[in-house]
Amino acid sequence: MTAPVTLSRTARSPITRRDDSRHSGPRQSIVVKFLLYLGLVVVGLAAIIPIYWLLSSSVKPSGEIFVFPPRWFPTNFHWMNFVEAWHSAPFGQMYINSVVITVLGTVGEICVAVLSSYAFVFLPFPRKNLIFGIFLGAMMVPGTVVLLPNYMTVAQLGWVNTYAGLIVPGWGSVFAMFLLRQHMMTLPTEITEASRVDGAGHLRTLWSIVLPLSKPMVVTVMIVTMVSKWNDFIWPLIVTNTDSMRVLPVGLLMLKSDEGYTDWGAVMAATCFVVIPVLVVFFFAQRQIVAGLTQGATKG
Amino acid sequence: MTASTPSLARGGEAPTTAVVPDRSSTRSRRTLRRRGYALFLAFIAPNVILLAVFAYWPVVYNGYLSLTSWNLLSDTKPFVWFANYTDMFTDPEFGMVVLRTVIFSGGIVIISIVLGLLVALLLDQKLRGRNLVRTFSFAPHIVSGAAVGTIWLYIFDPSYGLLRQLLGIVGIASPAWMTDSFWALPGLIIVYVWKTAGFVAVIYLAGLQGLPSDLYEAARIDRAGPLTMFFRITLPLLSPVTFFVVVTSIIGSFQAFDVIAVMTGGGPGTATTTLSWYIYEQAFQAFDAGHAGAAAMIMFVLLVLITSAQARFTRNRVHYQ
Repeated sequence: MTAPVTLSRTARSPITRRDDSRHSGPRQSIVVKFLLYLGLVVVGLAAIIPIYWLLSSSVKPSGEIFVFPPRWFPTNFHWMNFVEAWHSAPFGQMYINSVVITVLGTVGEICVAVLSSYAFVFLPFPRKNLIFGIFLGAMMVPGTVVLLPNYMTVAQLGWVNTYAGLIVPGWGSVFAMFLLRQHMMTLPTEITEASRVDGAGHLRTLWSIVLPLSKPMVVTVMIVTMVSKWNDFIWPLIVTNTDSMRVLPVGLLMLKSDEGYTDWGAVMAATCFVVIPVLVVFFFAQRQIVAGLTQGATKG
Repeated sequence: MTASTPSLARGGEAPTTAVVPDRSSTRSRRTLRRRGYALFLAFIAPNVILLAVFAYWPVVYNGYLSLTSWNLLSDTKPFVWFANYTDMFTDPEFGMVVLRTVIFSGGIVIISIVLGLLVALLLDQKLRGRNLVRTFSFAPHIVSGAAVGTIWLYIFDPSYGLLRQLLGIVGIASPAWMTDSFWALPGLIIVYVWKTAGFVAVIYLAGLQGLPSDLYEAARIDRAGPLTMFFRITLPLLSPVTFFVVVTSIIGSFQAFDVIAVMTGGGPGTATTTLSWYIYEQAFQAFDAGHAGAAAMIMFVLLVLITSAQARFTRNRVHYQ
């Protein structure tokens, strides 16, 4: 995809970061200030209320679910929703599956990405930028388009309904490789050259010099990759066919067909199983997640 | 790069031999370079294989499938040339699928860009609490689509839903949303806008914070009003960001699947059957590889066209400092 590359020209150029002087020009009147804060509150509420609604409804007893107008605050916490939800589908097994797939998928993809980004930055090859461009082209191939052919490939490998089938196709890496390459290009080449004159091989240079220097970016890419694997839906849906291999997001779909979504309290509790780990990660690693996900746009 | 030093080039380990003494320094350099080439290939090999098998080959194979009428089970894949394509182009139902996809994607892209830009302008002001609001508005972007769909099904619930109450405040009766063939698609658009607008805002915010101040000072000296400044300076300078956002959200919304799967399953009837749902349905429910393949091909071509148009626009029209 060309977008991130072409954008680099503006966003990257070392423009002096403008100060906020442009706001302080004409004094903002009280009215304007009030309207701005009002806007801020509306935006914040619009974004967070559905998530609050999920969390609060997950502990509402059915008496507070099936009322109109809805209750904004649960009066007593009905934790049984979580127990009910846990037993309504094999969520224990799905948790294990989701964790395994997220961890192995992320580790594999990061390894693949680190190796190829190192190669593109530090190893010689004729026309390697062209090769890099071909790699990037894979970003234009939408997941929906490759669904059926990939399913058939995985079927031929005998991987349907296995961890291998869930994990391996996701190891190919374009976006993570792209971000890591952009970062490695900013490293001073003297450091790696010096280490190689010392007789360290490329693998060692990669492991003991380049990786430590790229740690912030590796962490960023890793967190973003983990979140997207955890949330992945369509591929796990088609490549698995027994409950014992399902992942959490797909489990939500099972809940629907089984219960027709009547017991909202339990359904919201089950949804929490999927959402809370991500929200916790987001809480602790917000900076990395925002940076990693917006980097394609603002950095080249 | 002659074949004069093949034995050395194959040496597996690190360039300890790099410090090959005297004789011909060109020869050792050549060896080094060949070793570098070999290592380059070794390092990118895993990715090359994975992308070839799971990203490029599927496109080719999908193209082939689109020329067959195969039911995913039989041993033979009858070759039918372009019959699937002519089928689809003459089928009014498929025309509706494309139209729906355009409405759905267009709605999401336009609304989330306008909202996202407004929110970014707001967050760019020196206001207390703006970081918290930024966090809040970004959060929906990282929540699983399946979960988002489930949450909003409950919010949209016409009897006990939150939205019914909110609409009631303004005196509007809640539609049946996901079970109403008119309101289901707008409902999905609302959900996707909720999920993406904050992300768009954060991207715009980064763009805004990278803008140079001198132009604004010059404009202020010229007594330009804030609206003039916005339309004559800010918006043009942000055009690369806008193009990036447009393309990524088109690609994203074309592929939207998880929310649709949870909320409507393409229904009621076919009211929310977009291109991506159609592909899934044809492939994994109707077992019609030919139509699934042809629809996927059409989607792929559309996305490639959009992306390359974006690349050209960015190159020609976009304003740079």
